Amino acid sequence: MKALGQNVPREAMLAAIIVVLLGLIGLRAPVFLSPGNLLGVLTDTSFLFMLALAQMAVILTRGIDLSVAANLALSGMIVTLADRAHPGLSLPVLFALAALSGLILGAFNGALIAFVEIPPIVVTLGTLSIYRGLIFVIAGGQWLTSNDMSRSFLAFPRDTLLGLPNLLVVALVVSVLFWLLLNHTSFGRNLYAIGGNPVAARYCGISLTRQIFAVYILSGVISGLCGLLWVSRYGIAYSGIAQGYELTVIAACVIGGVSIAGGIGSIVGALLGALFLGIIVNALPVMQVSPFWQVLVSGVIILLAVVLNARSEHRAGRLILKTPAREGTP
Amino acid sequence: MSVIVDAPKASPKAKPVWARFMRWETLLALLCVVMMVGNSLLSPYFLDFGNLSDATANFSEQAIIALAMALLIIARDIDLSVASVIAVCSLAMGLLAAQGFGTPVLMVAALALGLACGMFNGWLVTKFALPSIVVTIGTMSLFRGLADIVLGDKALTHYPPLLQAIGQNYVASWLPIPVSFAVFLILALVFAFVLHATPFGRRLYAMGNNPVAARFSGIPVNRIRFILFALTGLMSGLAAILLTGRIGSTRPNIATGWELSVITMAILGGVSISGGSGTIGGVVLAVLLLGFTQFGLSLVNVPEIVINILQGVMLIVAIGVPLLLQRLRGRR
Repeated sequence: MKALGQNVPREAMLAAIIVVLLGLIGLRAPVFLSPGNLLGVLTDTSFLFMLALAQMAVILTRGIDLSVAANLALSGMIVTLADRAHPGLSLPVLFALAALSGLILGAFNGALIAFVEIPPIVVTLGTLSIYRGLIFVIAGGQWLTSNDMSRSFLAFPRDTLLGLPNLLVVALVVSVLFWLLLNHTSFGRNLYAIGGNPVAARYCGISLTRQIFAVYILSGVISGLCGLLWVSRYGIAYSGIAQGYELTVIAACVIGGVSIAGGIGSIVGALLGALFLGIIVNALPVMQVSPFWQVLVSGVIILLAVVLNARSEHRAGRLILKTPAREGTP
Repeated sequence: MSVIVDAPKASPKAKPVWARFMRWETLLALLCVVMMVGNSLLSPYFLDFGNLSDATANFSEQAIIALAMALLIIARDIDLSVASVIAVCSLAMGLLAAQGFGTPVLMVAALALGLACGMFNGWLVTKFALPSIVVTIGTMSLFRGLADIVLGDKALTHYPPLLQAIGQNYVASWLPIPVSFAVFLILALVFAFVLHATPFGRRLYAMGNNPVAARFSGIPVNRIRFILFALTGLMSGLAAILLTGRIGSTRPNIATGWELSVITMAILGGVSISGGSGTIGGVVLAVLLLGFTQFGLSLVNVPEIVINILQGVMLIVAIGVPLLLQRLRGRR
């Protein structure tokens, strides 16, 4: 075990654990491993894939975005209200609206964090309440259901492209874009540089302000898009959708080996972390475990993941003197 | 916030008189006055001793946890699991009450369990050198999950009268303030003494300002962090006693979202999220400001979720405006 941990990349370890986990679930409930069911699990986890990638980009810069779920819910409500008022609006217009709403909400976070230099946890804690409250205000406290949504809007996540549900297709496209962005652009490299050593990054000529502003906009846009998909998939919009989901998203990142102290994390890791949580959530009912166990199981997994991650970082000798990790920007 | 409290060290001149009063606490006190005046204009029922006194019961439990949270944040840690600890403690009290145990046993159980949960957090954070935000996101799910599993979709609603009296009654007929608020005020004095008048308190600031230097100067950093987490757990257990007594029931979703309210109280009170500064006086003022704002607006039928918008705005404005002013003054 010790030798394994030393030489094998964390992503490969996590992938191996997922395969073992799937095997164990398959022993008790073979139906879980049917291609149809696995596709369902992947589709179900689509939101977590996208949000975990966006959150990872933020965490890389030593930041955190607690407002993602509130942004998702508010953007979802805005799109639903637009769709109800003008049922003729085409899907691309609605998507543009969702992205724009997410962008504005993300830019608000980003401006306060990058320009005013308020710590990210404070800003997004505040905007979390603000965005949730705004949903109630703009909808006048109503719950909008599938009756208020146009048919094409509701059909989108379920329709398929090449046999894959559109929701999953969107998640795949977003994942590929993130891979390109983080691994093949200077923007992506700069995120790692800022998280690794903000002072050095600044001396290298990286504009921390612009970079950090941009990363919260990115997180906002992804949240906005997820808002449209969430509302159309579940057919309901009100102030409480995806409540507390921000912590699940952060948990997926942590399990995927993204360091909360910034600078460390990979696309594959974040995706695997999300997949791990997605499998657990979907496997419990199949294995006839009461759904009430779900919260406890994810808590245990998060704790195990951070303890194991910390130990492997220890062994790699990356940290000479352990200090409490700081939350917030430099 | 240190931004206002700290004098510009480069300037050899003495501070102007007004600057000496420009402390974070002064600003908060002014805001409190504005809030009181505004609320009494909004509703004739606001400025009434009985009403105000009763309203304190709604935020005293959170305020008690905020005191411990302030110490944690000053020492550069954070605890997101406090609301889940309340759920676990309340659950234990409900189960014991169903077995026929009396109020003293329930209280001891809640305090002990809260302490144990806090010690578990502290052990994970110090033993494995883990960031507290991640650990407590995990234990938040873990503790809440315990309540979910045991309770499912049911609720425990049978509590002894004495416990309910503790949660609902006044201290005495000649002193008509809720027990929970009195507990908060006494604890605030104790916490203020410990933080501002003992070596232990000084060490927290040292740890928050520079943990490495604190360790090299002989402060047992990890032991103190462990104590702070244990203390926060204990305060959550105490809050669970008061809350369970007040509402007289335990549901799995009891106190959800409280961790964010508690942290908001501490940060608005001037505790810097990056550690090293903050006062108990500021936290007490922030508690009153937030609590009475909520009460005043609910008097004129503003829904709670809309009041949350205002609290979010207050948090951001309160932290952001001093930072902006500081930049405008060109002290960068």
